[in-house]
Amino acid sequence: MAEPESTSQQPATRRARVARASLAVAVLGALVGSFAAAVGYTAHYASATSYLSDDPTACVNCHIMNEQYDGWRKSSHHARATCNDCHVPHDSFLHKYYVKAEHGYRHSKGFTFQDFHEPIRLTPYSREVVIGNCVRCHDAMTQEIRLAAHGNTPVAHDDPAGLDCIHCHAGVAHGPTR
Amino acid sequence: MTLNRSRRPGQRLAFSRVAVFAVAAIAFGAGTVVAMMLYENIRTRKEESRHTAVRIAAIDETTIDPAEWGKNFPRQYDGYKRTADNAKARFRWSDGRPPEDALHTGAGESKADEGKAESKLESNPRLKTMFKGYAFAIDYRERRGHAFMLDDQRDTERVKQRPQPGACLNCHASNVVAYREAGLEHGAAGALSDPLHSETGLEQLFAGWEHVNQLSYADATALVSHPVTCLDCHDPDSMRLRITRPAFMEGIAALAASNEPLPHLPSIEKWRRGNRATPYDANELAGRQEMRSLSCAQCHVEYYFKGDQKRLTFPWLRGLKMEQMEAYYDEVDWADWTHADSGTRVLKAQHPEFELWSQGIHARSGVSCADCHMPYMREGAMKFTDHQVQTPMAHVNLSCQTCHNYTESEIQSRVDQIQSRTKAHLDRAEIAVVELILAIRDAREAGATDAELQSARALHRKAQWRADFINAENSMGFHAPAESLRIIGEAIDYARQGIAEVAKLRPKQVAASGGREG
Repeated sequence: MAEPESTSQQPATRRARVARASLAVAVLGALVGSFAAAVGYTAHYASATSYLSDDPTACVNCHIMNEQYDGWRKSSHHARATCNDCHVPHDSFLHKYYVKAEHGYRHSKGFTFQDFHEPIRLTPYSREVVIGNCVRCHDAMTQEIRLAAHGNTPVAHDDPAGLDCIHCHAGVAHGPTR
Repeated sequence: MTLNRSRRPGQRLAFSRVAVFAVAAIAFGAGTVVAMMLYENIRTRKEESRHTAVRIAAIDETTIDPAEWGKNFPRQYDGYKRTADNAKARFRWSDGRPPEDALHTGAGESKADEGKAESKLESNPRLKTMFKGYAFAIDYRERRGHAFMLDDQRDTERVKQRPQPGACLNCHASNVVAYREAGLEHGAAGALSDPLHSETGLEQLFAGWEHVNQLSYADATALVSHPVTCLDCHDPDSMRLRITRPAFMEGIAALAASNEPLPHLPSIEKWRRGNRATPYDANELAGRQEMRSLSCAQCHVEYYFKGDQKRLTFPWLRGLKMEQMEAYYDEVDWADWTHADSGTRVLKAQHPEFELWSQGIHARSGVSCADCHMPYMREGAMKFTDHQVQTPMAHVNLSCQTCHNYTESEIQSRVDQIQSRTKAHLDRAEIAVVELILAIRDAREAGATDAELQSARALHRKAQWRADFINAENSMGFHAPAESLRIIGEAIDYARQGIAEVAKLRPKQVAASGGREG
């Protein structure tokens, strides 16, 4: 068991240990670098940065939402609203990117493991986000119906008052898909 | 432990450094592997979105074997083969209950029934009375998937015990090549390799079809080897949907020339606004969405064999409604057979799915047969049509939820409601028709003359045609719920009027026997 270098603090042994430590750091660095490169290239290949944008074509990167995209292009809202105008909140930067991240995680998990429901559906929370955005743009036009829904008491300009706009107006943003 | 304690500090430090290094190496290595796996997954999805088909086998107008087409279109071929394993329709009309509650009828137990679909005559004995004197009273079974169409036809006692013409083959086999070969043998010009929709191709098809219609069924069925296959619906060159059945070409042209409004077939409405110089041709004029229904309408329709040539004919000259077809049959004085008990010259309805669908809200809204019965499916980023043609209730999410934003159980219960209502009233209609048949029989036996029975028989013909129309149609009213109940309502009315007519003749005898179901 007796090993010479461990028995004393001779300079030669220290140098050897420094050399070994540097080698270890170099190898570790290479590993970290390869990992970062693999992640980075995969992210680049998957057009990851496009998801930070407001470009509607980013939403059809994986083709699952082709019908929804095609329907939007034929809808009356096409000229005024893109996907993010309706599908992410606009009250704060943080909230917007939190919802984007949550969607991104859920969608990529579903697409990678192929375990999502067909046809795709709005989640209850996403529905709230969309309805909030209806009111964000159409607040004046919807004031009276929201007032009535609120028991004829004053209602905040961005409060849907429990109304579900898209129950009736389902076709305004996604027109015919075929 | 003693060993560890005996180690010196430097040694322990070196050991823990190695451990840290190893853990880091394993962690980053594993991370890299996961990243590469993700890369591979994304790459696969991207590839899927680029390629929908790889052409391996050469396909042309002579390629009957679906396995050859399957080399190029494996997903479609898989679904096509699975029509042998179709889900049972949730609502089987002959017993009116979902399969799990169905009474066991004994079908499939005896030697003769082995491997066959359940007998409708066993589960609904009223049909034996209604079809008395006709082949359908001998053998009449539940529907099965496309895979069984040829075997079931060769195997049915209707064909074995009663001689049937080759015209039957029109809808139970892949017959395009067989017809064309027969056409070439009988003087048609060109070669089998000509495109079907060329002048020579169509000449071969029509000449062969006219010849095969008149053969005996045994001779005709020897010419074919497959149930309906790829080239019966698809152009081998472009894969476009196409019409291949001569009877449909004639039928749809006659329908187009009628005055019946057809808002669900916009290409016909458009053709009518033109100069009508050439007959309506679906292959030339129908849009893709229309073809997704018209392809099916080549077979899932009412028909009869016209004249000595046994020319397969669709009775659409006035329109697609039940009474328009009846009026056509009355005009040409057609009867499928003379009823053994009542002596009435009656009609047999044959799976009029296209006609009933045409009266419903789905047709009116532009929903095709394929939208529900062959919905789009996904495998990764690839989208394709499910070729396992079957009840939409087997995949409510793909068929219904694409448009109807309700839960599957809600949609299923809506369908059940429509079908239960239809079934309940159809039962009443069939009971009324059977009572009328027995009333006429008893009056005959008691000496009523043909002249005396004329009005009752006319009502029997009308009532039975209506009840059978909904019975033979394979959606239990779903394809057009209000139209179905209208037709059933008329059936009940005419049957009861008929019973009243008989009662007028010989009140005493009828009072003794009418209304008895035997």
